[in-house]
Amino acid sequence: MIIESVRRSEDACFREVVKAGDYWLQSIKNGQTLRILDLEGNQAADTLFYNANDVAERYSAMDTIREQGNLYLTVGSKLLSSLGNEMLEIVADTCGRHDTLGGACATESNTVRYALEKKCMHACRDSWMLAVAEHPEFGLTKRDITHNINFFMNVPVTPEGELSFADGISAPGKYVELVARMDVIVLVSNCPQLNNPCNAYNPTPIELLIWD
Amino acid sequence: MKESVLYQDTLPGGRHWSFMMRKGHQLRLTDVNGGANAGMLLYNPLMPLERINLPDTLKCQHTFKLTAGHCLYSDMGRIFCAITEDSVGWHDPVGGTCNRALVERKWGKKTFQEARNDYYRNGVDSFLINLAKVGLGKKDLAANINWFSKVAPDAAGNLSFVPSHSKAGDSVCLRFEMDTLVILHTCPHPMNPAKEYPQAPIHYQIEEAAQMSANDLCLNSRPENGRGYQNNDLYHQRCGVPGHDH
Repeated sequence: MIIESVRRSEDACFREVVKAGDYWLQSIKNGQTLRILDLEGNQAADTLFYNANDVAERYSAMDTIREQGNLYLTVGSKLLSSLGNEMLEIVADTCGRHDTLGGACATESNTVRYALEKKCMHACRDSWMLAVAEHPEFGLTKRDITHNINFFMNVPVTPEGELSFADGISAPGKYVELVARMDVIVLVSNCPQLNNPCNAYNPTPIELLIWD
Repeated sequence: MKESVLYQDTLPGGRHWSFMMRKGHQLRLTDVNGGANAGMLLYNPLMPLERINLPDTLKCQHTFKLTAGHCLYSDMGRIFCAITEDSVGWHDPVGGTCNRALVERKWGKKTFQEARNDYYRNGVDSFLINLAKVGLGKKDLAANINWFSKVAPDAAGNLSFVPSHSKAGDSVCLRFEMDTLVILHTCPHPMNPAKEYPQAPIHYQIEEAAQMSANDLCLNSRPENGRGYQNNDLYHQRCGVPGHDH
């Protein structure tokens, strides 16, 4: 569902461009709004959320999907935790829908999906490993790397039970906006995948904006 | 070749258990009365940070349903087990599992104090109890499989639970391709619309698996699975892959 935001970027209290293949790890407060902006189009922002006060409670794709009764995320989607609590709600979306089934790319899954020789290509899960290694203050480790949201990514499922990674439905300037319903830690990998159309074979920057 | 049965038992509805499966053994699950649900999580006992990864399992095989020919992948690109036989045709990878609040909301509360061992258990607590037995906890929970259940998507992604999807006597067979810790519960599927807390037993049987042949269904169902089996071979040879020494 396409709903534009009423927020103006010049009023944001935080703005940062995250380059292709980099990570972003930061806390946001209950009530703050986070916008993820696809600057050049067809990018994938692989994102995990944690309860900032207890990181063992984290975003749960399966609880979120089941309770909303739909596979795709868009305006109105309440992102639920592994304990069934609401963590964030999507309040604006100019892309239309986002994937939470496809997971993040990893060097190991790349060997299975493409070729054993592709094991050294940069991958989202490597970005997350570097993020948790460089930021021990968040108390995150590999144990906390679970099933994420792929903002802007298009993973259609058919009634017959097929699933594919399809061309993106995002475009330059499209964005998604979320209001935090608890203090959350946000961990984003700006996807470096070069082997499938999740980011049009051309990883590009995203911008993150926060409003109080 | 007839496989030999090494162990068998029936898990009543709404119960949980965990056990080790060895490479070369297979686990046959049977829905005794029909309409069963079996929640399952898988871990590498030598390195429990390696666990079932359903997003990787689905995207590696371009599938949303799980049935014969599919392999269940860990986050390390390895195959825990392969679905070699299945009379159901569709097992659910997205419904998740019921927690305490969901069970209470849908089916009310039945405590141990009033019902003894017929109290209403839930999937999250069942997983946590079995995880805690091996020193694991909330951080180790992952998306689980729901054997025998189907959540059907329409073209717009709307989901609906298919009641009585599996019939009495339906079964699925998992051939283990590496040593694996299996956590299994028979708590109801969280989308089951039944008015009463569903209590459907699962019979489970551990057997010697037949040697895998070159024309094996799971090995050949997708080119990705050939590469998954190569990763398992390297792991078992302890050759050029991350892992844990015995």
